[in-house]
Amino acid sequence: MVFLIILNKVRTMDNSTQKPSDNLNIVIVGHVDHGKSTLLGRLYADTGSLPDGKLEKVQAICQQQGKEFEYAFLFDAFLEEQEQGITIDTARTFFGWKGRQYIIIDAPGHKEFLKNMISGAARAEGALLLIDALEGVKEQSKKHGYLLSLLGVRQFAVVVNKMDLVGYRQDVFDGIEKEYREFLGQFKAVPQQVIPVSAKLGDNIANRSEQMPWYTGPTVLDALSAFRKEPGRSEQPLRLPVQDVYKFDARRIIAGRITAGQLKVGDSLVFSPSNKRATVKSIEAFNVDPLPVEGHAGQSVGVTLDEQIFVERGEVASHQEQLPLVSTAFRANVFWLGRKPLERGRRYQLRVATKEVDCEVATIHRIIDTMDLAQQQGSSVVNKNQVAEITIRAKAPVAFDLSASFEATGRFVLVDEYDIAGGGIVTELVHDDQEFLREEARQRDFAWVKGEVGVEDRAQQYGHRAAIVLVTGGRHTGKSFLARTIEARLVADGRHAYLLDGGNLRRGLDADLSEGERGQAAEMARRYGEVARLLVDTGLIVVSTTNPFGMAYVEAAQAIRTLVHPVPVIAIHMSKAPEEAPPNTDIVLSGPIDFDAATRRILEELKRRGVLAQAIGAKPTFQYSI
Amino acid sequence: MRHLRQLEDQSVYILREAYKHFDNLAMLWSMGKDSTVLLWLARKAFFGHVPLPLLHVDTSFKIPAMIEYRDRVAREWGLKLVVGQNKEALAAGMNPTLGRVNCCTALKTNGLKQLIEQKGYTGIILGVRADEEGTRAKERYFSPRDKHGDWDFRDQPPELWDQFKTTFPPGTHIRIHPLLDWTEINIWEYIKYENIPFIDLYLDKGDGTRYRSLGCAPCTTPIKSTAKTVDEIIDELRHTTVAERSGRAQDEGRGMELLRKDGYM
Ligand SMILES: Nc1nc2c(ncn2[C@@H]2O[C@H](COP(=O)(O)OP(=O)(O)O)[C@@H](O)[C@H]2O)c(=O)[nH]1
Repeated sequence: MVFLIILNKVRTMDNSTQKPSDNLNIVIVGHVDHGKSTLLGRLYADTGSLPDGKLEKVQAICQQQGKEFEYAFLFDAFLEEQEQGITIDTARTFFGWKGRQYIIIDAPGHKEFLKNMISGAARAEGALLLIDALEGVKEQSKKHGYLLSLLGVRQFAVVVNKMDLVGYRQDVFDGIEKEYREFLGQFKAVPQQVIPVSAKLGDNIANRSEQMPWYTGPTVLDALSAFRKEPGRSEQPLRLPVQDVYKFDARRIIAGRITAGQLKVGDSLVFSPSNKRATVKSIEAFNVDPLPVEGHAGQSVGVTLDEQIFVERGEVASHQEQLPLVSTAFRANVFWLGRKPLERGRRYQLRVATKEVDCEVATIHRIIDTMDLAQQQGSSVVNKNQVAEITIRAKAPVAFDLSASFEATGRFVLVDEYDIAGGGIVTELVHDDQEFLREEARQRDFAWVKGEVGVEDRAQQYGHRAAIVLVTGGRHTGKSFLARTIEARLVADGRHAYLLDGGNLRRGLDADLSEGERGQAAEMARRYGEVARLLVDTGLIVVSTTNPFGMAYVEAAQAIRTLVHPVPVIAIHMSKAPEEAPPNTDIVLSGPIDFDAATRRILEELKRRGVLAQAIGAKPTFQYSI
Repeated sequence: MRHLRQLEDQSVYILREAYKHFDNLAMLWSMGKDSTVLLWLARKAFFGHVPLPLLHVDTSFKIPAMIEYRDRVAREWGLKLVVGQNKEALAAGMNPTLGRVNCCTALKTNGLKQLIEQKGYTGIILGVRADEEGTRAKERYFSPRDKHGDWDFRDQPPELWDQFKTTFPPGTHIRIHPLLDWTEINIWEYIKYENIPFIDLYLDKGDGTRYRSLGCAPCTTPIKSTAKTVDEIIDELRHTTVAERSGRAQDEGRGMELLRKDGYM
C-alpha cells in the first residue's frame, strides 16, 4: 500500500487570503520511535494542511486492514518505507500556520540514517528535538542535540513526547528537562523551549493540554511561530566568498553570495588570501532598475570593481578592518559520514565556502563520545557516524573564520573521492611556519604604491601573465641547465622571461651581510622571495632554481610561494633516480633528461595554467584558475 | 516579497555552482511555469545571459501552443535550444493508449536519456519542486544518477549547507534542482513580481477551464477554474486543497514512484 503525498497546497487555519509571508525550514530529530513522524502528522492535521479527504482515506484503509491508525502513515511516500516502517530519507513537505510556511524535513532517527538527518538539519533554520517521556534521554537524543549545535542550528525546542504514557506527570518531565539541559549546557546550547506533549493525542501541539495544567509555556506551534528568520547576519563584518568571475559582456562581474555583513558601492574590498584590493564600482543585477547600491547577508550578488585585479573563486572579500583568518591549517570538530573511515594522512578535498583545495588530516586529537563529552578517546581513524576533534592541513592557504564568530566561513566539508563524506566547524587557527612571511606579504601588499598600470593591462600587452617557474632538486641534477633552456625558449617565443639566480643576490643586495648573516637560510629565501615578487609585479615570467639557499628546497620553495602569492608558481622537481617530489610539484623529471622535451612540457603546463595563451601571439584567455 | 528574494538567492547560488562545476551542462525547459521560472532565474544568475543550452524532450504529443511559445521565447531571449525526440519509439507507434507509464518511459524518460547520452551532458538542471509529489520531496539539490540514469533515493550522498555534490564518476551524471524549496504559490507570486512572460494555457480564456500543470495533450486535462489573471490564480491556489498534478494521468497509483526511480524528471 502506498500513499503518495500530494501536498502542494498551503492553507492557513482560518483560510483567509492573507499573504503568505516567509518560509522556515524545520527539522524534526530524536531517537527512533520517540514520535517524530507522529508529531509531523499531527502538525499537518492540526493546522488543516492536509489535502481534502487525506486523513479520512488513510483512516479508512487502516480500518479495512484492521490496524490502528497512525499519524505517521500520512507521510510514508514510498512502498519500501511502508514495509520497513521507518522514514528513509529527509522528506520535505510543507504546512502553513499563521501566515508562515513551514518546510519540514522529517529526519529519521534510525542509526544508519544519520547521514540523512544531517543533510536535513544542515539546511534547517530551526529544529524540534523529541524525547520519549517513558524512555527518557537516549543515545540518539544526545547525539542529535550535539549535531544540531555542530551544524549551526541555534533555534530549537525540546519536545518531551508521549506524556500520556507517564500519566502527564510533572516530575517525569522536570527530570528529563533537567538532565537534557545539563547535557546541552556542556556545549553552550540552550533550547528555546522544553515542551511536554502527546503527539498521538494532540496535547500541546496546536491546542493547550488540559491534562497538564502545571505547564504554562507555549505549544509546539507557538514555539515554531516564535522562531526567527536568520537573525542578524547583516550586522556582522562583511564576508563575500567569490563564487565565480563572469565575462559574458563588457562587464567583468565577481559573483558570490554574501555570507555575512553588507557591502555598498564605493566600498574598498580586500580579497583574502591574495590580499588584492579594489573598490566596488557597481552592483549588477538582471531586471532590477535602478541597480542596487548595497547588498546584504544572504544575497547572491555580482559586483564590478574599479580595477581589473585578478581574483578567483575561493577568495573571500571583506573590508580591510576585519579580515578573515588565513592559514594552511586549523583545528576543527568534524562528523564523519563516509563509507571509508577518515584516516590521518589520506588525501581529501577541503571545501570552505567556495574554496576547494586538497588537504590531509594532520592529527586526530580524539573521538568525541556524545554520551559523555568529557571522554578522551584516542584513535587513528574516525569511523562513520563518529564525531572527532582533528587538525586539517591544506595544500594552499585558505581564508576562513572561527565558527563561533562566522557561520558560513567557519565551517567546511571534506570530499572523499566523489562524495561529501564529512563536515565540521573550525574551532581554532593553527599557526603554520609561513605565518610571518604571510603577514609580511599582507602588510606589504596593503601599503604597496601602484601606478596606473594593472596586472591585467600588463598581461594584455605582453600576451602572458606573470609566473614563477621554480626548479627544485638535489645537486647535479641539471637544474640550472634546464632553467637556462626554459628562459631562452620563452624569450625566443617573444615572452618576457628572466632567469633569477639566487647567487646574484649574494654579491649585490646581500653584499653588506656578514658571513654569519648570509648563513641564515630562511632570511636568504625571504630576500629572494621579495626580489622575485618585484619582478613578477612587472609582469615577467621568472625562471629560477633554489640552489643557493643552503636550506632544504621544500622550505625554500614554500617561502617563495608565500611571498609571491597569488602569482602562480610552476614547480618542477628533478632527480637522478625516482624519489618523492616535494608537495605541490607540477612536473617531476627523473633519470636522464631530454631538456627540449622537458621544456616543451613546461610550456604546456604554463598554457594549461593560463599563464601563456594557447597559441603564440594570441592573447591569453584568463579563464583558468591559477 | 522577502521570502521570494530568499528563494531566488538560493536558486541563483545553486545555478552558479552548477555552471562553475559542470563543463557540459544543460537545462530542461518544458515551457511550463516551473521551468520558465528556472530559465528566468538563470538570467538572474548570469546577468541577462543564458550561457547553457535548453533541452526540450518533445514527445510529439505536446499542446501546439506550447511549441509556438517555445520558439518565440527562444528567439526573443537568444536561447540555445536543443530539441530531442525518441524517434525510434515514435516510429514503432508509441502512444498513450499503450499505457501511460510505458509512454512516459519511452518518450520522456528514454528521450531524455538518449539526449544526455548523445550530447554527453554531465549536469542537467531541472525545475523539480519538493511539494509537487511525494518522491520529489526526497530529492537533493544535486542528485546523482548512475550509468543508466537511475536514482537510488535510499543511498544519496549527504548535502551539507551550501556544499553540493559536484564530482562524480565517469559515465554518470548529476541532476540539479534549484527550485526544490519553491511551492506552487511561490512560482506564481514570483511570475507576478518579476512580470515573467508565461504561456496563457494557465489562464481561463472564457470557457471556465485552465491548465494547472502542463504535459502532453492526451494525458493532461484542464481544471475547472475562472482564474483569468495571475492574481486570480494565486487566490485560487490559496483556497484549493486539490493536488496540483491531479490533472496528470501518470501520477495515478504507483506511477510516479516507478517513473522517477528509472530517471523520469
Ligand atoms: N502513547 C503515545 N504513543 C506515541 C506518541 N507519539 C508517538 N507514539 C507512538 O510511538 C511509535 C513511534 O512513533 P513514530 O512517530 O513512528 O516515531 P519516529 O520513529 O520517531 O518517527 C508509534 O507507534 C506511535 O504511535 C504519543 O504521544 N503517545
